[in-house]
Amino acid sequence: MEVGWDELCAGAPREAYRRALLEIARDDPRVLCLDSDMGGLEDTFGAELPDRYVNFGIAEATMMSAAAGLAASGRIPFVNTMATFATTRASEQLKVDVASGGLPVKIVATHAGLSAGHYGPTHHALEDVAIVRALPNVAVLVPADTVETVLAVRAAARAPGPVYVRLGRAETPRVHGGPFDFRIGRAVTLRAGADVTIAASGPHPVLLALEAAERLAADGVEARVLDLHTVRPLDEEAVVAAATETAGIVTVEEHVGHGGLGGAVAEVTAERAPCRVLRVAAESGVCERVGDQAALLEAVGVTADRVLAAARRLLVDLTPVEPVPYRRSRT
Amino acid sequence: MTLEERARRIRRHVVAMAATPQGCHAGGSLSCADILAVLYFDVLRVRPEEPDWPDRDHFVLSKGHAGAALYAALAERGFLPVEELATYARTGGRLAGHPLRALPGVELPTGSLGHGLALGLGLALADRLDGRSARTFVLMGDGELQEGSVWEALIPAAHQRLDNLVAIVDRNGWQITGPTEEVAALEPLVERFAAFGWTAREVDGHDVEALRAALREAPTAPGRPTAIVARTVKGRGVPFLEGRKRGHYVRLSPDLERRAAASLAPRPARRA
Repeated sequence: MEVGWDELCAGAPREAYRRALLEIARDDPRVLCLDSDMGGLEDTFGAELPDRYVNFGIAEATMMSAAAGLAASGRIPFVNTMATFATTRASEQLKVDVASGGLPVKIVATHAGLSAGHYGPTHHALEDVAIVRALPNVAVLVPADTVETVLAVRAAARAPGPVYVRLGRAETPRVHGGPFDFRIGRAVTLRAGADVTIAASGPHPVLLALEAAERLAADGVEARVLDLHTVRPLDEEAVVAAATETAGIVTVEEHVGHGGLGGAVAEVTAERAPCRVLRVAAESGVCERVGDQAALLEAVGVTADRVLAAARRLLVDLTPVEPVPYRRSRT
Repeated sequence: MTLEERARRIRRHVVAMAATPQGCHAGGSLSCADILAVLYFDVLRVRPEEPDWPDRDHFVLSKGHAGAALYAALAERGFLPVEELATYARTGGRLAGHPLRALPGVELPTGSLGHGLALGLGLALADRLDGRSARTFVLMGDGELQEGSVWEALIPAAHQRLDNLVAIVDRNGWQITGPTEEVAALEPLVERFAAFGWTAREVDGHDVEALRAALREAPTAPGRPTAIVARTVKGRGVPFLEGRKRGHYVRLSPDLERRAAASLAPRPARRA
């Protein structure tokens, strides 16, 4: 194991990301850090490499276009903003300026999913993966912990084209003990099993998948748990293997159920290895009640209980997963 | 060949593209022909035989709908064979209504208004980071200035003291639905750019000597980006299109193409 790995991966995903980015930038003078008043980059990256740190102010669209101009001139810009601003406010700049030309802009999007918690729905991003998957050329990485965050950021820097790295906000338990052979587009099997498959991306979904697998094991059911840290390009072989070797696939994601991981898995199985795919995903893209991330995940139905129920249904019957009775607040 | 003659030739190519079945944005292409002639034949340090020459000046056509004029200028300058202009809007070709990045001399694709200035901001930043003395020129439409992203980009460009960035506004006064000042007024433009920390001035956008002087001398204030508001006439050079609302997007009949071509026959340049 590399010296200092635990220090590198300590804390929240953005803290690990900042350390990883600095390491990469020290070795590669093409790497730039573009900021949109996020806080935390100016006194880390900006303090150490001020010539390669540019703060555009609160101007995500301008930052995205300028990143395209910099990338067209041979630079490797890392664009820093929240997931919702990267994919909806600066969506057209991402599409036209960055994605269409396959330029090597690396978008590191924090506060993804419901990780902004009590900030409210303006700061939630439950549709970003679907948006980026619909754009040309952009890889979509959803690390499950800080180890994967560091590895994903390193892989993103090396990749020739644009990459979207989706990060949460708060620290979450480590899934990986240490570094491993991380490859964009290659699934990680976290638990072997041949009865049913649980495929997840992102910190909470992967932890829920592992928890559900543990509970299934108590009943003598061996679930295969796949960490699909790359939603695009999806590891199709791992999905086809799961479809053919197990009773079906439960997908788990902190995202709406269409267009994200569940949609991607269903596209592959429908065409290559038809099997049942039950999606555990956010039933609604808007949370109108206040909550921390855990409460909001519960409210939208991304829970271990639902993962477990879905897996059991795949094993015993053909009933679709029960929707969560989510009610919009009228006040 | 004089700059006036280059501009005349660019206009003649634009008229030919307007006479295709697809037609083109003739009004806004004709209005910027002199600006493009001065840029490509006097100002820009570029190498047509080596479009990616690292020390080149950059040009971004933020008003991507004037693609026809850009193609004409690129062909005249030697980036494309002049014969390729006949493939404008033709299936399988490289000359779309708005420029594609696949075309030599086109740095970044444009067409959705309001992107070009921030693209140019990135190009200019890269040159400064790499210690190159190149300049970046961004040509915007005036109606385009109604896009908020233009004003968003003005702020960091001034803050980063990018005096290697030059914005040119083709101020022809019109947008699709009418005069800009009747749709969503833009004036006072020079004062507005100046208020954002840019050095701004007006120039006659059909006076090649005035354009030449203004573009060559930028930046006039060290540490400040430059905005040049070029007063132009939409449809300039084709009398039946000049200053007309219907001249925005044009499909010319063979008869009208002959009339347009006659007014663009080789002769000494008209004075404004």
